[in-house]
Amino acid sequence: MAGTAVLGRLTWQVAAVSSVRPETDTVVTIGLDVPDWPGHRAGQHLDVRLTDEDGYSAERSYSIAAADSEPPAITVERLEDGEVSPYLTEELRAGDQLEVRGPIGDWFVWRTSDGGPLLLIAGGSGVVPLRAILRRRRQACSNVLARLLYSVRTLADVIYRIELDQYHDGAEVLYPQPAAGLDRILRSGRCRAARPGRLGPG
Amino acid sequence: MSNPVSRGFHHLRRPAEGEEGRVPPGQHVTSDFPVLSAGPTPHTPLSAWTFSVRQGGGTLKSWTWEEFRALPAETVTVDIHCVTRWSKLGTTWRGVAVRTLLDQVAQEAPYVLAWSDGGYTTNLPVEDVTSRPAWVAFEYDGQPLAPEHGGPARLLVPHLYFWKSAKWVRGLDLMADNEPGFWESYGYHIYGDPWREQRYSGD
Repeated sequence: MAGTAVLGRLTWQVAAVSSVRPETDTVVTIGLDVPDWPGHRAGQHLDVRLTDEDGYSAERSYSIAAADSEPPAITVERLEDGEVSPYLTEELRAGDQLEVRGPIGDWFVWRTSDGGPLLLIAGGSGVVPLRAILRRRRQACSNVLARLLYSVRTLADVIYRIELDQYHDGAEVLYPQPAAGLDRILRSGRCRAARPGRLGPG
Repeated sequence: MSNPVSRGFHHLRRPAEGEEGRVPPGQHVTSDFPVLSAGPTPHTPLSAWTFSVRQGGGTLKSWTWEEFRALPAETVTVDIHCVTRWSKLGTTWRGVAVRTLLDQVAQEAPYVLAWSDGGYTTNLPVEDVTSRPAWVAFEYDGQPLAPEHGGPARLLVPHLYFWKSAKWVRGLDLMADNEPGFWESYGYHIYGDPWREQRYSGD
C-alpha cells in the first residue's frame, strides 16, 4: 500500500535535534531541523535511524507530532526494554544529529478538505498523530467539530496535557481512565460513532 | 559509505569471544534456521488475509493485509530461542508492534490467545506482548517472510521460547483466563521463559 510503495524512493537525511521537551515522566517531544524536509500532512509518520560507533544501526518509525508546515517533531515514549527509546528519551540533546526519512503514509491523514466531524480515539502514545490533526485543525482555522477520546492509565500519563486542555472552539478532549472508561463513553451514546473503522497508528 | 554515528548511542553487541549473556541455559547457537511445524504449511493469499482481535466470539478489530502494512513498522534485531535448544542470535525482522495493534482496541484483558491458519494456538499474558517488545513480523532478513517460517506474518515474541511466536498468525483473542494453547496442552510450559528454562509443564 501507499506506505510501502513510498519507502523505495525515500532517502535518509541528517536531521539536527532542535529541542527535546519532556511531556511526562517517560515521554519527550523531539523537534527536528531537517534541511530538505519535503513537508508532511497531519497523521503521517517518519523513520529514524541511529548508528553506533561500530556501524550498528537501528531504525524505528514514529508518528509526526507536528501539523502541516510546522517543523517535523516526534514524540517518544520510553520502553524499559527498548533499544532506541531509552536513548531518545534520556540521552539525546539539542544539537545532536540523527537520520530521518519521510514523511510516510498517506492513509491516516486528515486534510481540511476531508471535513468532519472528527472522532479521534487514542490510547497512550497513540495520541501523537491525533495531536497533529488537532493542531492542523486549529492552524487552518477549521471549525469542524472534533472530539478526542484519549485513554490513559492516570492523568499523569496524559501527553500534551496543557495543549489539549486549551481546546474549546468546537474541539473537546476527554480522558477516560482506565481504558474501560472509554468503553463506557462509547456505549453511553455520547459518541454515536462507536468503534469507527479508521483509527490511528499506535 | 557508512551512516553518521549517533552520539552516545550504543548497541549491546555480541562479544567477539563467544556469546556470554545471550544464550539461555541449555541452549546452543545455530547459524541456520531450523523449521519445525505442528502441521502442513498453509498458503493464505494476501487478498484473503486479515489480522483480527476478538473477544468472546466477537471481532473487535480487523485489518486487511493493506491496512496492516500501512501501520508503522519497526525493523528489529533480536535473539530467538527454540525450546528444542537452538538459539539464533541477531536475527533481523520487520513487523508491526503488537502494542500498536492492541492500542487500537478499547477492550482490555489479562491474557491473549494467538491463533493461526491451520488451527495452531498459543497463550500469552497480555503484558508480554504490550509492555515487552513483541511484533507481528512480515519480513525476515530484509525479505518477505517465507511460508515455511510463518509467512505472510508470524508473531515474534523473542523473550519467550519460540513456539510462542506463532507462525501464520491471523489474530489474537482477548482472554479472561490463561487458556493453554496448542503446545501448552501437550505438556509444554504455560509461560515458557528460556532464561528460567521453562520448557515443560512443571519446569
